[in-house]
Amino acid sequence: MHISEGVLSAPVLLTGAAITVAGCAVGLKKMDYDRIPQVAILSSAFFVASLVHVPIGPSSVHLLLNGIIGLLLGWAAFPAILVALTLQSILFQFGGITALGVNTVNVVVPALVCFYMFNYAIRRENTFISLGSAFACGFLAVFLTSIMVGISLVFTGEAFMEVSKLVVIAHFPVMMIEGFMTAFCVVFLKKVKPEILGVAHAPIKSM
Amino acid sequence: MNIVEPFAYGNSFFHRLDPRVKIITSVLFSVVTALTYELGILFVFAVSALAMLFIARLSLKKVFWRLIVVNGFILVLWLFLPFTTPGKTLFTLFGFEATVEGVEYAVLITVKSNTILIACIALLSTCSVFKLVHALHYLYVPDKLVHIFFFSYRYIYVINLEYIRLTNAMKVRCFIPGNNLHTYKSFAYLIGMLILKSHERSKRIYNAMLCRGFKGKFYILEPCDFHASDWLFGIISLLFISGLVVIQWIPTKLL
Repeated sequence: MHISEGVLSAPVLLTGAAITVAGCAVGLKKMDYDRIPQVAILSSAFFVASLVHVPIGPSSVHLLLNGIIGLLLGWAAFPAILVALTLQSILFQFGGITALGVNTVNVVVPALVCFYMFNYAIRRENTFISLGSAFACGFLAVFLTSIMVGISLVFTGEAFMEVSKLVVIAHFPVMMIEGFMTAFCVVFLKKVKPEILGVAHAPIKSM
Repeated sequence: MNIVEPFAYGNSFFHRLDPRVKIITSVLFSVVTALTYELGILFVFAVSALAMLFIARLSLKKVFWRLIVVNGFILVLWLFLPFTTPGKTLFTLFGFEATVEGVEYAVLITVKSNTILIACIALLSTCSVFKLVHALHYLYVPDKLVHIFFFSYRYIYVINLEYIRLTNAMKVRCFIPGNNLHTYKSFAYLIGMLILKSHERSKRIYNAMLCRGFKGKFYILEPCDFHASDWLFGIISLLFISGLVVIQWIPTKLL
């Protein structure tokens, strides 16, 4: 999902960097000092999730988890993912300095879109609504990310059109898996620790 | 998967250089290289990046494997770009025409990408992440962001250990990943557990910090100071990069 260094054109890189700076400013402003550990820990969870390989067909894919990060962090996802991607580029050389802005935007903007679309529905008590919207959240987050990767490539040059189509198609299985993962993950968190999702404990039914 | 910094410790000019100079130089170098579209000038950048790699005295084998892994995306571009760029036909493969322009474009991107990567390995990876983040603090990056960097860098190792522990527990219980719902469910619970455990831990750590009088400020234990060699390297690289910028973007008519 990372776009390598040296591929994109100046306007695309600049737009990405500008949006990232603006988004981080909003995210940092909305975040109090006492939330820093929580944001940081989800940022590193995002980092570690990209090392988790889930089998699919004969091959395996790594997780993106931007749907769930967006759901848990809202605007604070901007600094969180920027940090995770920067650490990845320093430690593993995935992505890089100039493409950092674009890569951050491509991951965070879908996360934010999903946050606003499904935030309310996922926190509902009805299991089916919650499960369905969590699946949609995970699916859509990856779908939008692949679309945005495609758009950043096409804006660089028409010649990238075929590659962009391939990126979107190749991520279809990832979208399915992310959907399932997000759905099960939300169910799990709701059962075990609903406060994380900002939901109150389900009332204990009287016998 | 273990997270290591294989290049961070060593004894070379770059390992001793001030992290602030390294960050500024690598950002300038990357940006200018990314915007270069002339193969001649790109070649100069590529040679200087290789020179930096030799000055940093890194294991070429390790660097080579790093580059191979990262070049996956470039490889995909090679499969498409020669055939989708319009221009003169170079050769035909299974009915698709590869163009001269397309191959040139692919070469340009490959050289560019690897030049930036090599420069960043030589400059940034020869420094521990902790020092780099300290340097960010000195470069006026917002405090909150620097704090997230510190915490997140620390937690990566903690969460990774936790992840290894949980997967080991799954292995002990004979979990074999496959293409079925059970696998995805188990992985989802694994991620959920990871988020949960880290959440609890982050609360504990924050409380422990409050107990020890944390007031939202990190005190830097190793103050960075500039030496003559830092100034020298900074100025030389600045002159070098701006020289190439001038040669590239000022039309030849003016010269």
